Amino acid sequence: MAFGRSSRKKPLVEPVTLKILVAGGFGVGKTTLVGAVSEIRPLRTEEILSEAGRPVDDLHGVENKSTTTVAMDFGRITLRDDLVLYLFGTPGQDRFWFLWDELAQGALGAVVLADTRRLEESFAAIDYFERRGIPFTVAVNCFEGAQRFPAESVRGALDLDPEVELLMCDARDRESVKNVLVAVVEHALVLADRPAAPVPT
Amino acid sequence: MTDAEQQDQGPHPAQHWFDDDAGPVVRPYAMTRGRTSAATRHRLDLIAVVVPEPAADDPGRDQTLSPEHVEIVERCSDTPQSIAELAAGLDLPVGVVRVLVGDLVEDELVHVTRPVPPAELPDVSILREVINGLRAL
Repeated sequence: MAFGRSSRKKPLVEPVTLKILVAGGFGVGKTTLVGAVSEIRPLRTEEILSEAGRPVDDLHGVENKSTTTVAMDFGRITLRDDLVLYLFGTPGQDRFWFLWDELAQGALGAVVLADTRRLEESFAAIDYFERRGIPFTVAVNCFEGAQRFPAESVRGALDLDPEVELLMCDARDRESVKNVLVAVVEHALVLADRPAAPVPT
Repeated sequence: MTDAEQQDQGPHPAQHWFDDDAGPVVRPYAMTRGRTSAATRHRLDLIAVVVPEPAADDPGRDQTLSPEHVEIVERCSDTPQSIAELAAGLDLPVGVVRVLVGDLVEDELVHVTRPVPPAELPDVSILREVINGLRAL
């Protein structure tokens, strides 16, 4: 069986691939954020899970259904021929947290996108990344019409560690999202430079 | 009333197997002949990149491959693609793509790059390059 219509002339570039997760509540703008910087229209990939036995899954009415389909939106940024960054929007509903384990494996860092009208929807994501020691930055998506709060009061409401950066952003704006991503990687850099054992405070 | 209660539970019980949810669940895994895990040692990461081997150009090498196998190799032949991109491009669940790519790895038609190992942060110099790359976008 012949693959390809022409023989290969030059060796293929094998890029180093990295991923940053974008987490947050349903409808907070995760896919918009991914789309603002991705060089491709955000793609959707689906994972079929057979985790129906999870206690939080409400299977009322579909008792025979033993699988769940979870969609993840993702985008790609080619930084160089040999360096590619993927952004993955985590599934919006908390009950799919178990999928994050796989997504989070090897992740460079994460953005927790928050909406000040529904801050409590960010708690699960913040807890998750704190517990796993994944570097993350909180980005407050400043929706038009949403009341703006001082960063300090949002920090307080989210009970963030002092070292976690909190930024205001516009998930539709490329420059704004770039700043958020740079903040995530800079935070990862600080953690990577630090001795392995975390210093108790 | 008993009739009505039965109606509530579904007037056509036999059709429960053929509802909308059944379709996408069953059919993609027919492509993998029912297998849900690949033969490869490591679970393929979403951002693992599939790179065709020179052997993939060799005609008549393997007659057992499905059209989906062939399409995966063709999609990667110009620019290697990640598992996630292949799944989105082929409109197949990630699990199915993992199995199919696993077959291709076993046949030595492709190899797969391993991303940064779990629980290890990428190299500091790579992080600096990412920051510079993002700023330059």
